[in-house]
Amino acid sequence: MLTKRGAATPRELAQAISWERRDFLRTVTGAGAAAALFGLGPVPALASAGVRKVVVVTFGGGARDEETFMPEGQENIPHLLGELIPQATFFTQVVNRGILGHYVATASLATGVYETFNNFAAVAPENPTVFEYFRKDLKRPATDAWVVAPSNGFNRIGESGHRSYGAGLGAGVILPKRLLTAALSSGGQVEYQHLLRDNYETPLYTPELSGSEFELRQLGEILKLSVADFTAHARSLASPDELSVYVAHQLMRQFAPSLLWITLHDIDIAHSGTYSLYIDGIQRSDRLSAEIWKTIQSEPEYAGKTAMFILPDFGRDSDTDSGGNGFQHHRTGDPLSRTTWMMVMGPGIRQNVVVDRPVESTDLVPTLGALLGFSPRLSSGKALAEVT
Amino acid sequence: MLPTELQPAQFQSYPPEARQLAVAHIALLQQLPPAFVPLLLKEIIVYDWKFPAERQDLDRQLAYLGTLAPEQRERLLGGFAGLKVSPELQNHDWVNQPGRFGEDLAAHLWATHQIDAFRGAALDYVQKVDAARPKDPLPVPRLGIVVVGQGIGDTRYTLFRKMRKQGVYFSRVNPDNGVRVLLDAVAARAAAHPIPYAHWYIDGGTPEDARQGLTTVSYGALASVRAALLNKMEKAIQSGIGGPEALRTMLAELRPDELGLSGAAPEAVLNRFRISVLTEGSGTQIFSTTFVQWTAREAWRRAQPLTLLARYAPRQRQRPMNELIANRGDQQPIPDPEGSLVDADMGAYYTWLNQQRLPGAEQSSFLVWFEGHRDGLAISPALPRGSESASEIDLKALIGQIT
Repeated sequence: MLTKRGAATPRELAQAISWERRDFLRTVTGAGAAAALFGLGPVPALASAGVRKVVVVTFGGGARDEETFMPEGQENIPHLLGELIPQATFFTQVVNRGILGHYVATASLATGVYETFNNFAAVAPENPTVFEYFRKDLKRPATDAWVVAPSNGFNRIGESGHRSYGAGLGAGVILPKRLLTAALSSGGQVEYQHLLRDNYETPLYTPELSGSEFELRQLGEILKLSVADFTAHARSLASPDELSVYVAHQLMRQFAPSLLWITLHDIDIAHSGTYSLYIDGIQRSDRLSAEIWKTIQSEPEYAGKTAMFILPDFGRDSDTDSGGNGFQHHRTGDPLSRTTWMMVMGPGIRQNVVVDRPVESTDLVPTLGALLGFSPRLSSGKALAEVT
Repeated sequence: MLPTELQPAQFQSYPPEARQLAVAHIALLQQLPPAFVPLLLKEIIVYDWKFPAERQDLDRQLAYLGTLAPEQRERLLGGFAGLKVSPELQNHDWVNQPGRFGEDLAAHLWATHQIDAFRGAALDYVQKVDAARPKDPLPVPRLGIVVVGQGIGDTRYTLFRKMRKQGVYFSRVNPDNGVRVLLDAVAARAAAHPIPYAHWYIDGGTPEDARQGLTTVSYGALASVRAALLNKMEKAIQSGIGGPEALRTMLAELRPDELGLSGAAPEAVLNRFRISVLTEGSGTQIFSTTFVQWTAREAWRRAQPLTLLARYAPRQRQRPMNELIANRGDQQPIPDPEGSLVDADMGAYYTWLNQQRLPGAEQSSFLVWFEGHRDGLAISPALPRGSESASEIDLKALIGQIT
């Protein structure tokens, strides 16, 4: 009685989501050409020809269809719909079969293997990350791969513990909120620990912190920002994700990294049970995604040679699953919480195209490998032929 | 330890009624799969503080399992028996700490890609146990009422958007004395059907005047309890408790008296419930809208009342980062009525969904009203779906129409 989805099998559910998305996208984006392209095979050497840099944006932590691409959610993502999708190849069905915790799921995205470590532990991924494959295979310097993540729990995501990769081959990781806390605290005795509270599942939880020397060095030596300039800019921003995008922009200007990974996290406020704040987070992520794309187009080092991938790490529980509490968490592992989307845009990537077949979130790393020319040999995913 | 090795003496630390229940069913417990028994014990160990409806459900569940022939039980629980449980989990003190076992089991199932199999087994089990449950008629069809938007003037937000297709949207509801009218209606049902914990009033602020026969839980009345809880959480974190999971375990083991709540039965049962709302619900300690939604959900699920009235109040505003920088973390909370209205609208939808999960759903009725305004929506077998009414109506007449 609650919805027609209640009686469906997981596969039927996923299929239904996909169909609804596709129909919706045809209508809203005018993706008329999409129908003709469904089921088409790859176009070798077309897509990757001009891609020399990649920016990955995880639309995190955890956005559902209802509040994004389903008809009732479209008002929350005007930039994705109006500006980005017409330029993108859009995958309607990206399934995450791994653990639905933000750090471990993002690590799985970055390794192309479903990682199984404790989501709340400060550990390195077990399998090599995309950053290690990229740097080792292509002999790139440390400054060519960066991760920006607002959540303190992500500090080990840049480099795995794998014996053939690991130490010295990963990406630099910048946690802007830690930078901010270090910068604010450097001038006196004032404590700003409350800024670091970002684990919304347990609202008061703050991960253990080390000293602030490292962050202050990052600020000056890497971002070339003074404490005063950085904090002044932060005072104009409403959220940690806005700070992350600012830091990412600084990195692009300073080093023009070829592989830049930006993890947004504001949406995870949903764990507090406040629907309005969850929606605010989605709207902000929508706006910031468009801003990042505009930055890519306006920076000479990036314009015309950069592909951008946008995807949520996973969804959230459905309203109708009695084991959960709807949008608040992602604990049931139901099909809606596992099924999300991805958009890819850049030189040579087909525009205004919808890909309706199911793919997996572990397919991201092999796809990046095919675009940039490295071999993610331990990844379990497959390169997405539609964009490589 | 395997379930086959269970002995009555192992339940020594259980509260009296829980111990009695476990010992009485020990022969059954010994025959159940290792991944399943601790989950059942997690319910049994809190039997003394369960609501009557929960007790009845658990009694019936145990009786049902006991009546099955071994091969029928194996079929019913085959999904659980097929789960691979690690030696560490088997060595866990799951008899005395079934809750902690449940957390570790969940982590193990996710890490070993068995969570989908567990989910399938659980859904199948619940469906079959529900199907076997006797369909006792309710004394009166259930009624859920949600009041949203306290303190809001005009809004451009489209209310009740998720529920409109289920019932009738009333655009000319007389708002005069609305809360009092609704409380009177709830109190009248309580007087007509005086059953313990069968009629609830949940308030996100300070409750209106006390009414006889209502089980009342409010965010305002728990202010000191919330403060004590937040204080304990802060201290635990500062002492390096070891992360969210350890914190969650610490919270689950808190007793009402540790947070300043005391009282013998039946107040003890309600105090346990109040604590569980604050320790198990994310955000309930901080946001009153979350508190109301989660309390209503848990009241429906656990106490299965005949009547539930949930009234939202403005929650505190989430301060943006620049304000946090400027003001540090010690400022007085500022209310956010507009955001609270959006939260409450979604919360009303969830309250209706949870009501629909209970027996007798097809006969039950639901009303949501925008406090102080002329907008309301009613869902009832007596009303059409997906329609609107512009007729003048007061809340008393509206309640009369749907019950």
